[in-house]
Amino acid sequence: MTTLQQAPTKRRWLTHLALIAGTLVMVYPLLWMVGGSFKDEKDIFSQLNPFPGSLDPRNYVAGWTATDPTFTRFYVNSLLIAVLAVAGNVIACTLTAYAFARLEFRGKKVFFGIMLGSIMLPAHALLIPQYVLFFNLGWVNTYLPLVVPKFLATDAFFIFLMVQFIRTIPRTLDEAAMIDGCGKVRIFSRIVLPLTGPVLITTMIFTFIWTYNDFFAQLIYLSYPSSETVPVALRRFVDATGDSSYGQLLAMSVLSLVPTFIVFLLAQRRIVEGIATTGLKG
Amino acid sequence: MSLGTTIAAPAGHEPAPDVRDGSTRPRRRGDRVAYLFLAPWFAGLLLLTTGPLLGSLYLSFTKFNLLQPPAWNGFGNYLKLFTDDPRYLQSLKVTFIYVALTVPLQLGFALAVAVMLNRPLRGMAWYRSIYYIPSLLGGSVAIAVIWGQLFDDDGVLNGFLAFFGVAGRSWISNPDTALYTLVLLNIWQFGSPMVIFLAGLKQIPQELYDAASVDGASAWRRFWSVTVPLLTPIIFFNVVLQIIQAFQAFTPAYVVSGGSGGPSDSTLFYTLYLYQQGFTNLNMGYASAMAWVLLLIIATFTLINFGLARRWVYYEDR
Repeated sequence: MTTLQQAPTKRRWLTHLALIAGTLVMVYPLLWMVGGSFKDEKDIFSQLNPFPGSLDPRNYVAGWTATDPTFTRFYVNSLLIAVLAVAGNVIACTLTAYAFARLEFRGKKVFFGIMLGSIMLPAHALLIPQYVLFFNLGWVNTYLPLVVPKFLATDAFFIFLMVQFIRTIPRTLDEAAMIDGCGKVRIFSRIVLPLTGPVLITTMIFTFIWTYNDFFAQLIYLSYPSSETVPVALRRFVDATGDSSYGQLLAMSVLSLVPTFIVFLLAQRRIVEGIATTGLKG
Repeated sequence: MSLGTTIAAPAGHEPAPDVRDGSTRPRRRGDRVAYLFLAPWFAGLLLLTTGPLLGSLYLSFTKFNLLQPPAWNGFGNYLKLFTDDPRYLQSLKVTFIYVALTVPLQLGFALAVAVMLNRPLRGMAWYRSIYYIPSLLGGSVAIAVIWGQLFDDDGVLNGFLAFFGVAGRSWISNPDTALYTLVLLNIWQFGSPMVIFLAGLKQIPQELYDAASVDGASAWRRFWSVTVPLLTPIIFFNVVLQIIQAFQAFTPAYVVSGGSGGPSDSTLFYTLYLYQQGFTNLNMGYASAMAWVLLLIIATFTLINFGLARRWVYYEDR
């Protein structure tokens, strides 16, 4: 806080005023959604004031069971897929990253280049043959097309993130372990893996949020109501309810954001740090 | 860092791997262990990345509907895309407009707010979190659903306009405005580039600002002569990333238009049309050709970006 940077009081107030005005614009859509989910149908659109008269949960109760199967099923599907994806990314990406960061093998430079290149590859370029493959395996309408790729380290971005991190772990640790007779596998499991905590958590957080929010892949692979996830079900809910029950639609929209929001509250600092230092998209 | 090379060979069977000699000497044992670690990634690379990449290239030259074997079609799909498919050209147009508007506007907002937040300010962490939240939630189906409601006939925007005596209309069901509501939705999510900018701003040494102030530079001048040049690597990074992402936007258009890209194809994003062709009409060869054109477009933009970077991105250590 140098004196030069300490703005005059008046300017500081103006900055706050501008930032608060911005805040209102930014959060209004969210407030409107949450408020509307507690309102009567007729009040949702006629009132600009986002705050409801009372916290009547009936839109939530009715919305949750308005579909067949109910939203319980969709949440189970969504959370299971997200958790399995997290497990897959953590296991497969650490194995791969360790090899790239610490082991020597023929073709390393070429493979590393390919791995980096695959980060920027648009998913659509791979989409149709992947679909054909999963279709022929009979995996459409199961979790498998959404989960198995994670166990094969297809999220190269996290590999890159971990390689960068493992490179900061002092090699002397590996060497000390090697002198003690540890092989590569034990060095990985006993030395490197326990030290990758921060980057593992970043990977888990972002894999969870991205998988949970992902729509495109789930839309393509899950078309039975019983296999649907929250985003897909919510999207179908729009058609199913039509113009009749916006309250329920808003209530289910609010609920669908809750898991992401909880993760944000729990891991806010790490999320912000993760984005700031690596450019992960939020 | 050079410790590794001075340590004598350990008692184990393997020679100490020299970390810096690349891979000039074959070390088969070491190779085997490494390939074991890489096995999942190799499988994924083969089955889910390079295989499908070449597969979609092949399919792009065929007619293929998933159920019958692909039938060779030469350049037919590509020819049709550019000469005989007005909806495709429309989807290109929509997507280019979207990219051209959202990338500069979103990054402009992100930078402006980041600069405002990058000063000793009470409650800065709060502001940062609140501005960031839309970008965390914004890609979801729920927000797209809400967006549709906000800008509809009886939506909130019109409520505000009525308050000021302006007659509103449905912004979503009007082909002239629908795309711009989606542009707005993307700008609203400026939080994540903002956080990246903030981190970059923190790296700029305060002395530079102090020196500039002593030399009599105004705040505006300091922004253009100190902040912007030193931030160019991060601006560059954000531009590359946002362009790649904007070309692939899908969810908002799909949800707001109910999957149609309407009204009158005004929100027919490239990926949405690809989805319709590939998965609604089962024209999978055609959709593969679209995917490859998209790949080439994105690659071209990225290469151009890297080429231009030499002219405007400033690296201190160069």
